[in-house]
Amino acid sequence: MITLQLFARYRELLDTDHEQIPWDAGLQCVGDLRDRLLARGNAWEVLAEPRVMCARNQEMCSLEAPLTDGDEIAFFPPVTGG
Amino acid sequence: MAIVVQPDAFDPGAMLNRLHAAQLGVGAVVGFVGYVRDFNDGEEVAGMLLEHYPGMTEKALQLIVDEAGERWPLLNVEVLHRVGRLEPGEPIVFVGVSSAHRAAAFDASHFIIDYLKTRAPFWKKEDTGAGPRWVDARDQDGAEMAKWNLPGDPE
Repeated sequence: MITLQLFARYRELLDTDHEQIPWDAGLQCVGDLRDRLLARGNAWEVLAEPRVMCARNQEMCSLEAPLTDGDEIAFFPPVTGG
Repeated sequence: MAIVVQPDAFDPGAMLNRLHAAQLGVGAVVGFVGYVRDFNDGEEVAGMLLEHYPGMTEKALQLIVDEAGERWPLLNVEVLHRVGRLEPGEPIVFVGVSSAHRAAAFDASHFIIDYLKTRAPFWKKEDTGAGPRWVDARDQDGAEMAKWNLPGDPE
C-alpha cells in the first residue's frame, strides 16, 4: 500500500489530503505513481505542473526516486515558508 | 540545537538572548526574524494561514541545521517556524546562530533561511481584498539557494 499525501493548493484542488493506493509492480518510481494519478484526468492534471515537488517518506525526492510497498509519497507545489 | 514548529507567537528578543545565555565561549550571535507584511504582490494582506507537512517539516529543518553545522563551526542554532493563522506584523520565523566568531554566525544564518525557503514544506495562503490566494514561490528564492551549492539539489 502507498500512502499518498497532498498539500496546499493541490490538497484544495483535489479536495483530499491523503489516500491509500494499492501497490503493484507497475509502480517502480515516484513518477510512475504520478502518471497513474494523471491518468485520472480532470483536476489531477495539476500534478503535471513542471514545478511539482515530491517527497518520499518525508524527504524531498525526484520523480525518479524508487517506490516500494509501504512508502508515504507526497506531492505539493513549490514551498513558500520563511 | 532546537527546532520548533508551533502556532503560538514568540519573542524574538528573548530567543536571541537565550543563544548567548551561560555560554561564555559565544563571541557572536546572529538572528533573523521574518514577519508577516500587510502588502504583497499589489494587494493588501489582512493575514495568512501557514500550512505545513507535520513530520516532514521537523525532519527537513533538522537536515538544514545539520548541514549548516557541517559547514561552519557553530555553538548553537535555534529555528522556530510558526504555522496556522498569522496577522500582519507578527513574526513568522526565527533563525538564530551562535558561534565564536561573527563570520560563521552570519553565513550560517543566511544559509539556513535561504535553504528553509526552498526546501522546508511550508505554504502560505494570504487573505487579500480580492479573496484568499496561495503565495507563489519566487524564482529569486531558488537563485539565492543555488549560490550555496547544495549537493543533491533538484535541477
